[in-house]
Amino acid sequence: MPIPDTETSSRTPAPDPVPGDVSLARLSLRVNGAVRELELDTRTTLLDALREALRLTGTKKGCDHGQCGACTVLVEGRRIYSCLTLAVMHEGESITTIEGLGTAEALHPMQAAFVKHDGYQCGYCTPGQICSAVAVLEEIEAGIPSHVSESLDAVRISDAEIRERMSGNICRCGAYANILDAINEVGGQPA
Amino acid sequence: MMPFTYERAQSPAAAAAAAARSPSAKFIAGGTNLLDLMKLRIERPGHLIDVNGLALDRIEPTAEGGLRIGALVRNTDLAADARVRRDYAVLARALLAGASGQLRNKATTAGNLLQRTRCPYFYDTDQPCNKREPGSGCGALAGYSRQLAVVGGSEACIATHPSDMAVGMRALDAVVETVRPDGATSEIPIEGFHRLPGETPQIETALQPGELITAVTLPPPVGGTHVYRKVRDRASYAFALVSVAAVIQRDGSGAVALGGVAPKPWRRAEADAALPQGAQASAAALMQGARPTEDNAFKLKLVERTLGAVLAEARS
Ligand SMILES: Cc1cc2nc3c(=O)[nH]c(=O)nc-3n(C[C@H](O)[C@H](O)[C@H](O)COP(=O)(O)OP(=O)(O)OC[C@H]3O[C@@H](n4cnc5c(N)ncnc54)[C@H](O)[C@@H]3O)c2cc1C
Ligand code: SF4
Ligand code: FES
Ligand code: FES
Repeated sequence: MPIPDTETSSRTPAPDPVPGDVSLARLSLRVNGAVRELELDTRTTLLDALREALRLTGTKKGCDHGQCGACTVLVEGRRIYSCLTLAVMHEGESITTIEGLGTAEALHPMQAAFVKHDGYQCGYCTPGQICSAVAVLEEIEAGIPSHVSESLDAVRISDAEIRERMSGNICRCGAYANILDAINEVGGQPA
Repeated sequence: MMPFTYERAQSPAAAAAAAARSPSAKFIAGGTNLLDLMKLRIERPGHLIDVNGLALDRIEPTAEGGLRIGALVRNTDLAADARVRRDYAVLARALLAGASGQLRNKATTAGNLLQRTRCPYFYDTDQPCNKREPGSGCGALAGYSRQLAVVGGSEACIATHPSDMAVGMRALDAVVETVRPDGATSEIPIEGFHRLPGETPQIETALQPGELITAVTLPPPVGGTHVYRKVRDRASYAFALVSVAAVIQRDGSGAVALGGVAPKPWRRAEADAALPQGAQASAAALMQGARPTEDNAFKLKLVERTLGAVLAEARS
């Protein structure tokens, strides 16, 4: 079913669906540079669209409720939790997942730094950590303040800044110290 | 999640009209609260109206010298806006104390105001909860109530409003602008926007069915020192046990609002008036009539001490 807009639906008000009725929507997403056409149940989260429909299983599902960060991806360059957004809400938008950041042959500098500093143990949180870390450095660069920034106007990279900004990515293995070293390496702070 | 149909709103008035046509419709903005609750079947909309395409994502000066913040401005962008950082720092600080970077990138002005309580019994569909299931009872009153309200609650519900942003806005006397299904617009001062639970904790705001928030306006800057201090169980990524938003002038006068203690951002004229006398007097006015449980009585002392720290910071 194509997505109706309010103009058409004002002529034919959509009846509320009865439980059990499934509503489908067609959409297209630009994922890691390639346009992907999809037909999905409207309930499909962006996370499930990536993992189940597009088979990009690098992005992980931890809590599915916005509490762990394992599902972090970049949408139009900004990090978000893909578990708390619907795929249909991202028609035409650009999504970057861990698969799009780098490849085994050509690692993204953040991926290489995580390998070098052993920024993981089981690795389950790692794709989310890396996507988040890439965006964190851009946010600091752009002067976006954080809870620990002493001045709202002069944001400088520091361990405290990185810890605060990465607090939305939980690591059950507790690899935090090495994750911090990896981000510092890319961010230009001495580890 | 229960199945739902989906549409993209074409204009604010059309969105409100569409919501009024379909009794189980809901707006979706960032989705970070609504989808969480839909997965748990606490929210069960049959129709979603996606408002993300509406041109409500700008921050503009008002004719009076204040700021109009579009309903869809993301929390990250609001906190980073140069005018907000300069003139309304208490709001920037409140925003940055909330949630995580990923959530703030999605969360919107309107969605943040309308986020629902984090009461653990509200979230657990096996438990009684008057807010989720009117008339079923309140699990929290005789249960685990450490995080819940000490003031403003009722026999029916002692939930807190979890927003940090709204506490900053309360200290700044923000006004919520809306459009109704018939196209009429309205302005609701934030003081009266969130309702106390009384007998009907399921009714949380002054909004009418289908009413869409279009913006929040801030009055012209009042100067002063802006402080937001949040006390929580973790250093980051946790809701407030107590938070204090304050704008303090050189002569010691000012405005103070609290989060984490009441069903709405909590402010009292008597407490503002008592600010020059210090934290004890002002906190006493804020907590006047408080009815804490055994679990959360500590919040009374915590309010006084946090306010004391805020006033010391403002003076230094
Ligand atoms: C793990 C976690 C931790 C968090 N920690 C904090 C915290 O510490 N402090 C804090 O303040 N918040 C916290 N949050 C909550 C977060 O701030 C909210 O989820 C967010 O602000 C909601 O905004 P949204 O745009 O995503 O709303 P949505 O989920 O899209 O909508 C929320 C509600 O608002 C309605 N709505 C949306 N837009 C409009 C509109 N324009 N007009 C009328 N109705 C509308 C929707 O119908 C829905 O009922 C946390 C959330 C999570 C998941
Ligand atoms: S405090 Fe309110 S939200 Fe919590 S269980 Fe009682 S009625 Fe429900
Ligand atoms: S899976 Fe999305 S935050 Fe945990
Ligand atoms: S490496 Fe195991 S959860 Fe982070």
